[in-house]
Amino acid sequence: MIVTLNRRSFLASTAAATGALMMPGIARAQDAIRVGTVLDVSGIFDAYGTPMDMAQRLAVSEINDAGGLLDRPVELISYDTQSDIALYTQYAQRLVRQDNVDVVHGGILSASREAIRQTLRRANTLYFYNVQYEGGVCDRNAFFNGVTPAQQAEVLVPWAMSRSGPRVYILAADYNYGQITARWLQKYVADNGGETVGMDFFPLDVSDFGSTIARIQTVAPDLVIAPLVGGAHLSFFRQWAAAGMNARIPLASTTMGVGNEHKVLTPDEGNGMMVAYNYSQELDTPLNNAFKERWIAAYGNTDAIHEIAVSHYMGFHLWAEGVRRAGSVDRDAVIEAMEDGLSVEGPSGMMTIDPQTHHTTLDVHLMEVRDQKMEVAESLSQRPPVDTQAVCNLTENPDDNTQYEIEF
Amino acid sequence: MVRCCLKEAKRMDLAVVILVEVLYAIAWLVLVSAGLAVVFGMMKVINLAHGEFMVLGGYATITAVGLGVNIFVAMLIVAPLVVGLFGLIVERLVFRHLYGRMIDTMLASWGLSLMMIGAFKMIFGNTTTGVSGPIPGFTVGNYQINGYNFFIIVVALLLLVAMLAVLRGTRAGLVARGAMQRPDMASAMGHSPDRIYMLTFAIGSALSGLAGAVLAPLIGLVPTAGAGFIAKAFITVIAGGPSLVAGLASASGVFGLVNQFFSFLVSPVVGEVALLVAAVALLRLLPRGITTRFFRGRL
Amino acid sequence: MVGAAHKDFALIVILGVVLILGLPLMVDTHVLTLLIAYGMLALSLGLIWGFGGVLCFGQAAFFGLGAYTFAVAGINFNESTLPLILAVLVPAGFALVLGALMFYGRLGDVYLAVITLVVSLILFRWINSTAGPDYTIGAARLGGFNGIPGFPILNVPGRPDLMIWGETLYFVAAVSLLIVFLLVTWLLRSSFGRIAVGIRENEERVSLLGFDIRARKTVLFAIGAAIAGLAGAFYATWAEVVTPTLFSLQQSAEIIIWCIVGGLGTRFGPILGAGVLAYLKFALGQQNMIDNMFVLGLVLVLFVLFLPRGLAPELARGWHWITGARRKPTRRNHAPRAEVSNG
Repeated sequence: MIVTLNRRSFLASTAAATGALMMPGIARAQDAIRVGTVLDVSGIFDAYGTPMDMAQRLAVSEINDAGGLLDRPVELISYDTQSDIALYTQYAQRLVRQDNVDVVHGGILSASREAIRQTLRRANTLYFYNVQYEGGVCDRNAFFNGVTPAQQAEVLVPWAMSRSGPRVYILAADYNYGQITARWLQKYVADNGGETVGMDFFPLDVSDFGSTIARIQTVAPDLVIAPLVGGAHLSFFRQWAAAGMNARIPLASTTMGVGNEHKVLTPDEGNGMMVAYNYSQELDTPLNNAFKERWIAAYGNTDAIHEIAVSHYMGFHLWAEGVRRAGSVDRDAVIEAMEDGLSVEGPSGMMTIDPQTHHTTLDVHLMEVRDQKMEVAESLSQRPPVDTQAVCNLTENPDDNTQYEIEF
Repeated sequence: MVRCCLKEAKRMDLAVVILVEVLYAIAWLVLVSAGLAVVFGMMKVINLAHGEFMVLGGYATITAVGLGVNIFVAMLIVAPLVVGLFGLIVERLVFRHLYGRMIDTMLASWGLSLMMIGAFKMIFGNTTTGVSGPIPGFTVGNYQINGYNFFIIVVALLLLVAMLAVLRGTRAGLVARGAMQRPDMASAMGHSPDRIYMLTFAIGSALSGLAGAVLAPLIGLVPTAGAGFIAKAFITVIAGGPSLVAGLASASGVFGLVNQFFSFLVSPVVGEVALLVAAVALLRLLPRGITTRFFRGRL
Repeated sequence: MVGAAHKDFALIVILGVVLILGLPLMVDTHVLTLLIAYGMLALSLGLIWGFGGVLCFGQAAFFGLGAYTFAVAGINFNESTLPLILAVLVPAGFALVLGALMFYGRLGDVYLAVITLVVSLILFRWINSTAGPDYTIGAARLGGFNGIPGFPILNVPGRPDLMIWGETLYFVAAVSLLIVFLLVTWLLRSSFGRIAVGIRENEERVSLLGFDIRARKTVLFAIGAAIAGLAGAFYATWAEVVTPTLFSLQQSAEIIIWCIVGGLGTRFGPILGAGVLAYLKFALGQQNMIDNMFVLGLVLVLFVLFLPRGLAPELARGWHWITGARRKPTRRNHAPRAEVSNG
């Protein structure tokens, strides 16, 4: 479904998109479909948000270049939330009250998603959260296309344990994502006959891990799993390597590399870390290669592309396909079209909407960081979001509006 | 028998590791507070832009390393020079008009801190930058230690010794001490307080720059990173009390020990909260700082 | 004197009503509501600092406590009247305890600043680390870094289904600010207020006259906290989310800047400062040319250097100059700016 573009036609399309508002001959402003985004393009989460914003702009220009959606141009209204959760609700309110957008894509941290999800639900504005997360949100007004623990951690944990040992130490970011993910990790460690020998949580602004690294050594685990998040937590990986620990205890993560951390760290610091995601730049598929070419045409090189930039891009195309099928941008019509088992193929493979949960069935790749790249070790095709399916059924309870959490 | 002694040995290693971590925490506080302590101790000026001065030192280091300067030269020479010079300019432009008005200097420095954060965002981008530590880790028995921690400890120790030596052993130190206690008398003896203040502020700034520079490899530097330093530096300096070196060392010692003890036992967050609680308790018990009760009259 | 007081109150009410009705013609009410919450917050510090001489570096702590109390109580009671009252009482109670601890310890100015700063940092650190499922108060999860979204917003008392938001919220908040302003005016005219100003001017002399300075300072501190708590509740219902950043150093810094720019030792100045600066920040946030922190910092430095008494006294002078009135000399700002003797 994604049209291949060459550089010239891409530039022409961008010009057309930017010029669209001024030139009455092409399209008038009221004709445009209005897409709102809220992303952290600055602040300590900008490593996540900036490439997502780039991906969003690329996707919009692709669609406008192909004649728009339903013969209407797509207009993008984006706000930079500056890594401040309080700004999310402010801008989400503005998107629905003043800008009257037809859909909102965005939110990066789970905290930001929960800050705006209810606002958008109340305003009957369709919401797409396109980032890997801890799973379990059941809301008919929202769609999710990132990997959840059952898609990611369930395969990452046994793989990492088989390459290290059964005693696992968990270091997680201290907010809803880290807290819930840590419990899933504990479960999968136990399911695979292992033991969680320690678990620590860190607020997102902690950047000194010296005492923690000493403490981990007193427990001497076989494996450390680190769902750490954001710019401050990056220093953990640096300090881990600076203490020489990377040569002694293997490390796996459900977040490392999502913000291109493996390119910020030196090869020595990053080598050997084990991860599992829906996307890697190293995937050698025609669709991924074409995507990278379009990205290069727009931004010069592929440095910025990362897992959640691609899932944001895919999320936008999922919505666009829903609009095409529905023949309208009306919320209910689009939801019904999406629930019809809609799927889209793109750089990260096939993605299919699961009507029961509004999550997606997708490919997952087990990978190892090697020389600032993510080398695919094993690919697992089309994994359904079974964690959320176990608790959420929007076909039966369309009014459900809960985030279910794993319990022991 | 063998088993018991292995365990014993392991415990010894652990004790060494913890000792290093504690010393590191104390050194961290000494470094972070030194610049502020000099400016406050000598001039009774609370420089709330101190954290941003440190961040400037960090950026100066990263920029210099990017330009191909050796990292140790960048940290120990370039950064203090850059920040010292910056402090000199700021003192001439802003602070010298405000001496004797403590609250106003504090507020002006707060404004300066906001301006610097804004300028960092515009110049370096609102994003995380960093350099990797230049010293490899090494092994103590069964444990690995971050080699860079030793570097921090050594720098902090040298800094304390140097401060003591300058204040006690040199003529400039004597004049500075005199001006600190009786500015009018120093002035009557022909030493211009204006010049002493100017130089003191520049030296304090240079120390802040040095601290920011040597800590940069440990953390990801963001424009707002200064906020993480200023509160702890402020608390350490106030709790230390009037004696410059003794106050700095004793307050850093108490807080570093408390912080690391609880960090290691529970978690870094609890460690930090414990530090803050200790500060409140200390100020309630010794409202004029540690050195009014202990080490009185020392430097 | 009584006649003058009546005239003053009447003038405040008339001016207030004109502003409440006139401002929405110029600025969007959604933004105005935020400015009003901030104005109330600035007034709270303006009262204890400008009239009581207590420089609190952690006024944001009471703001945050008010907002969190409103959110937590709202989730537990599923309506907002009792939470609104608690949002005033909880910060006030907290301030009573903290104030007693500080003032009965006879701490000096700088040490007071450090303690308030540290306490707000402790609250920030603690709230920021409560993301785990064990941190609950009744039905409400504290949520740590996530903050608390989705709590019931302000409703008509006794009618949880009739929610107050949008334009209505603006009028409710604005009228509340007017009432608080009148109460502050009344307080300052009472003997309590006049003695508070006396303590600010010369603590020793007032003490020798037989007044219990420690108790009076503590009570004033608590009143300031109560107003800050109410402002927090309005902020919470406006933002529909509360996050730990409410307790942050940055937030405390802004309140102090509002007071300085507006004019310390006046009642209207802090509100003016909050309104102007928060709007400036909002407007600057819409563009990427120049960073808004840079501008705010510059404004603060320039004010301290060239206009240390703030906007309000200058405006008043301008007003008197225009009207030719020489009713009384401009209120002098006697905020504690002299050198601190200890330290």
